[in-house]
Amino acid sequence: MDWFMSPTSAGEKLLVMVVAILIFVAIVGIILWAIDRPKIPNWVVVVGFLGPVTIALAGGLLYPAVGTVIRSFQKIQNVIGPDGKRILVNGKVTTEKVFGFDNYSRIFTEDGFQRVLLNTVAWVILVPLLATSFGLIYAVLVDRTRFEKAAKALVFLPMAISMVGASIIWKFVYDYRQAGTTQTGLANQLLVWLGLEPVQFLQADPWNTLFLIIVMVWIQAGFAMTVLSAAIKAVPDDIIEAAQLDGATGLKLFMRVTVPSIRPSVVVVLTTIAMGSLKAFDVVRTMTGGNFNTSVVANEFYTQTFRQGDAGQGIGAALAVILFIIIIPVIMYNVRQMRLSEEMR
Amino acid sequence: MTAGSGVIPPRIEAVDEKPVSARKLKAQLRAQDAKTKLSSPWASGVAIILAILWSIPTLGLFITSFRPVEDLRDTGWWNWFTNFHVTLDNYEGALSTTNGGLGGFFLNTFVITIPAVIIPISLALLAAYAFAWIPFKGRNILFVAVFALQIVPIQVTLIPLQTIFVSLDLQNSFWPVWISHTIFGLPLAIFLLHNFMTEIPRSIIEAARVDGAGHVKIFFVVLMPLLIPAIAAFAIFQFLWVWNDLLVALVFAPSPNLKPLTAAVAELSGTKGTQWELLSSGAFISIIVPLIVFLSLQRYFVRGLLAGGVKG
Repeated sequence: MDWFMSPTSAGEKLLVMVVAILIFVAIVGIILWAIDRPKIPNWVVVVGFLGPVTIALAGGLLYPAVGTVIRSFQKIQNVIGPDGKRILVNGKVTTEKVFGFDNYSRIFTEDGFQRVLLNTVAWVILVPLLATSFGLIYAVLVDRTRFEKAAKALVFLPMAISMVGASIIWKFVYDYRQAGTTQTGLANQLLVWLGLEPVQFLQADPWNTLFLIIVMVWIQAGFAMTVLSAAIKAVPDDIIEAAQLDGATGLKLFMRVTVPSIRPSVVVVLTTIAMGSLKAFDVVRTMTGGNFNTSVVANEFYTQTFRQGDAGQGIGAALAVILFIIIIPVIMYNVRQMRLSEEMR
Repeated sequence: MTAGSGVIPPRIEAVDEKPVSARKLKAQLRAQDAKTKLSSPWASGVAIILAILWSIPTLGLFITSFRPVEDLRDTGWWNWFTNFHVTLDNYEGALSTTNGGLGGFFLNTFVITIPAVIIPISLALLAAYAFAWIPFKGRNILFVAVFALQIVPIQVTLIPLQTIFVSLDLQNSFWPVWISHTIFGLPLAIFLLHNFMTEIPRSIIEAARVDGAGHVKIFFVVLMPLLIPAIAAFAIFQFLWVWNDLLVALVFAPSPNLKPLTAAVAELSGTKGTQWELLSSGAFISIIVPLIVFLSLQRYFVRGLLAGGVKG
C-alpha cells in the first residue's frame, strides 16, 4: 500500500489519481443507492445529499478559521521565574503560551509590518480601480466593432495564465542591464530609445510596488472587461435611444446613461478584483520575494508561517485574520448593492 | 460577438424570451447605427492597438523561449525579427532532469488537477440538488451559510488544516492537496450549480415526480443533461484555479515528488533568475495547457463568470 500514500513513479501517481476519483464516485454512488428507495424519510435524503459537503466545509473551512482566530491571540514566550530570569529545565528554556493582543500590536507598530500594510492598501485600492477603468473603457471601445471577438480574447487571455507565469512574463519586461550595455527587457529598452537611463524597476522603492501592481492589473483587466461588456450589452436599447433623442451623445451619453445603468456590475467587478488582489501573493513572491519593501499581507503571511517556523505562527495567524477582517466590509458592501439591484429589477 | 450569443447570463435570457427575430432585427439596426457613427472606426482602431499592446509582454517571452541562448543573452527579443534563429534547446533544457526536470512536475500538476476538479463537482451536485429541490427546515439559512463561506480567505485555514493532515499522517501524499482544493472549491461550486438548477422550470421536475421518478432518476435523467453547461463552466473555473495555484501547492505539496509546475517554475525564477532560456520555456510549459483549455472552452468560462460566481 506504499504507492497509495506516497507514490513515486509516474504509474503509481496515475494509479492513485484514478483510485482517488473512484473513491469519491463510489461515495456518491452509495449515497444515491441508499436514498433511492420508496418511503425513505425526508431527513435521511437531506443528510445523504448534504452530509459530505457539510462535513467538508465545517471541518475544512469553519473549524480551521476559528482555530486561526484563537491562534492569532496566542504567543509563545519564555517562562520567567521570580528572579526575573528564564527557567531552565535540563538545560532547555521552558516556554508558555500567553494570550493577548501582542501579535496585532506588533503588526500595527513595527516599521516592517507597517510598510506591508501600506503596500496592501495600495494593492487593494489601485488594482481594482485601474483594472476596472481599463476594462470599462475597453469594453466601450470594442463594443460592436468588427474585431470585437479577437480583440477581447487577447485582453482576456492573461486570466488563463497563472500569476507565476504572468510574473515571469513581466519580470522579463522589467529586466535590467547596466547602462551602456544592450538591454533585453522591453521597458528599459524603451527608456534607452527615449534617451533615458535604464531603471531597476523591481528594486526602486517605492515605485517597485507600483510596477508589481501593473502586472496584477494586466491579469485582471480582462475579467473586468468581459463582465462589463456583457453588462453594457444588456442595457436596454430604448433607454439609449431615449437619451439620444434628448440630445445626449458620446461622453455625455456614456457618463449619464451607460455608467449608471451598469453600476451594480461595476461594484461587483471592483469588489471581486479587490478581494482577489488582497489574497493573492503569487506576483510578489515570484517577482521580488517580498524584498525591496514590496511585501503585502498575503505574502508576509506565507513567509511568517511557513518560512520562519513555529515562532512566527501567532503572527502568521494574526496576518490571516487581518486579511479576513479587511474582506468583510468589502463583501458586505457588495451584498448590499446586489440586494438593491435585485429590488430594482 | 453579437448580443445574446451565450455571453449573457441565463437569468437575463429568461427575462428576454420575447420573439428572437425582433431582437436580431434590433441588433442589426444597432450595428448599422454603429457603422454610421463617426467615432466607430476610430474606436476600433484604438481597441485593436490596445489588444496588441496587451499581448506584447507574452509575445516577448514566447519568442525568447525559442531563441538560441547566445542570441537572447546579447540582444532583446525584438531583434529576432531581423536575426531569425529558432531552436527547441531551451525546452529540452527545461524538461531535462539536469535542470530540475519540469516533465515530472508537469505530471504532478496533472495528477493534482484532475481529481481536484472531479471531486468537488460530484459533491457539489448532490448539495446543490438538495438546496434546490428538496424542501427541509433551515434550508435557506444553510444555503446562505455555504455562500458566505466563499469569503473565508484560504490563508485563514492553512495552519489548522496542516495540523489535521499531519495528525492523519497524510502529509507526504497528494491527499492534502486534493482535499484542500475540494474544500476551497465547494462553496463556489454549490452556488453556481444551485443558480443553474433553480433556473430549470419547476414543472419539469414535478412532471417527472408524477411519473414516479425518485430523486436519483430525476437527478440523472432530468437534471444532468440540462446542467452540462453549468458543470462545464465550473469545471473550467476549478481547472484553471487548481492548475495555476501556487499557495496550496507550496504549503501542502512541498516535496519534489508532489510539487506541481507552478511551484517549480516559481522556484526557478528565484534560483535561476537570469537564465531566461530556462525561465521562458519553463513558463510556457506551465502556461500551455490552461491556455488550450481556455481558448477552446472560453464560451463556457465566460458564461460561468457571468452567472454570478467569481473566484478571486
